[in-house]
Amino acid sequence: MDALDGNAIAGLLVDVFGAELTTATGVCSTCGAVRPMAELVVYNRAPGTVVRCRTCSSVLMVFVEARGVHCVDLHGLATLDR
Amino acid sequence: MARAAVRGRLTWQIANVADAVDETARVRTLVLDVPDWTGHAAGQHLDVRLTAEDGYRAERSYSIASAPGEPVAITVERLDDGEVSPYLTEELRAGDELELRGPIGGYFVWEPEDGGPLLLVAGGSGIAPLRAILRHRGRTGSDVPVRLLCSSRTLPDVIYRAELDEPAPGVEVVQTLTREQPAGWTGYARRVDAALIGEVAWPAGENPLALVCGPTSFVETVADDLVGLGYPAPRVKTERFGATGGR
Repeated sequence: MDALDGNAIAGLLVDVFGAELTTATGVCSTCGAVRPMAELVVYNRAPGTVVRCRTCSSVLMVFVEARGVHCVDLHGLATLDR
Repeated sequence: MARAAVRGRLTWQIANVADAVDETARVRTLVLDVPDWTGHAAGQHLDVRLTAEDGYRAERSYSIASAPGEPVAITVERLDDGEVSPYLTEELRAGDELELRGPIGGYFVWEPEDGGPLLLVAGGSGIAPLRAILRHRGRTGSDVPVRLLCSSRTLPDVIYRAELDEPAPGVEVVQTLTREQPAGWTGYARRVDAALIGEVAWPAGENPLALVCGPTSFVETVADDLVGLGYPAPRVKTERFGATGGR
């Protein structure tokens, strides 16, 4: 399946973080690549949403919603700056 | 960030379908009357939510195809195996209600002060947010030079064809038809590749800004080609859509 990009999770990011974050800068904790969130690789056809680094493909973020609660794993992200 | 309509929450609301316009055999524009619309930037999108009688819900994102200040419009391509697009393109009528939230996104947007020259590259229905940008340029009186490269399968598949046939001063529209061309066709007749991009794109030395929207593989090819021509990656903004994305 084709991956999308961070634009596709703009609404999800507002749901989780309460702010528009597609212009925010994410730093990969594996390879150090620096990119706007909008340019990250997004897979959202699974039960959850997986966000990967466009340079090294490491998992940066995972979002799963269960019974109205968002579970968020950000351990692949070194920093996230607005 | 003020222009991105930053808000703490996105609230679902009920819009009314004011008009439904067939663009092609598979593509329809829905003009929406959204009572609590806060205004949008050119290039932003909105989320649509359908709820079945049993409570099952499906959400999709669609780029806003109208300029800031115009009635909100989305352009939807029917995917035959889709859950949402067949309803939006075949069932929904003027006067019907539609649940949505937005505007959403602040990255794939353009304001006149972002300058140019602008290179807009659309694959199929990826033209929708770029049409909002073109109209915004016109409404704001911007004289930023624009080249729009539009890739479609056949001439009848060209979305907004009448509008693109009469571009505003300073806007140059280049079409390529990848599958079938009518007799006497003078545009390009192949898939967008590095050579085609090289012919159409502004030289990197003019500090152009590129916005590329379309299916994932199309966008990645074009973005790679532009970087290969010397465009700095931050001057190439991309937005991909897929079978579930709608945009």
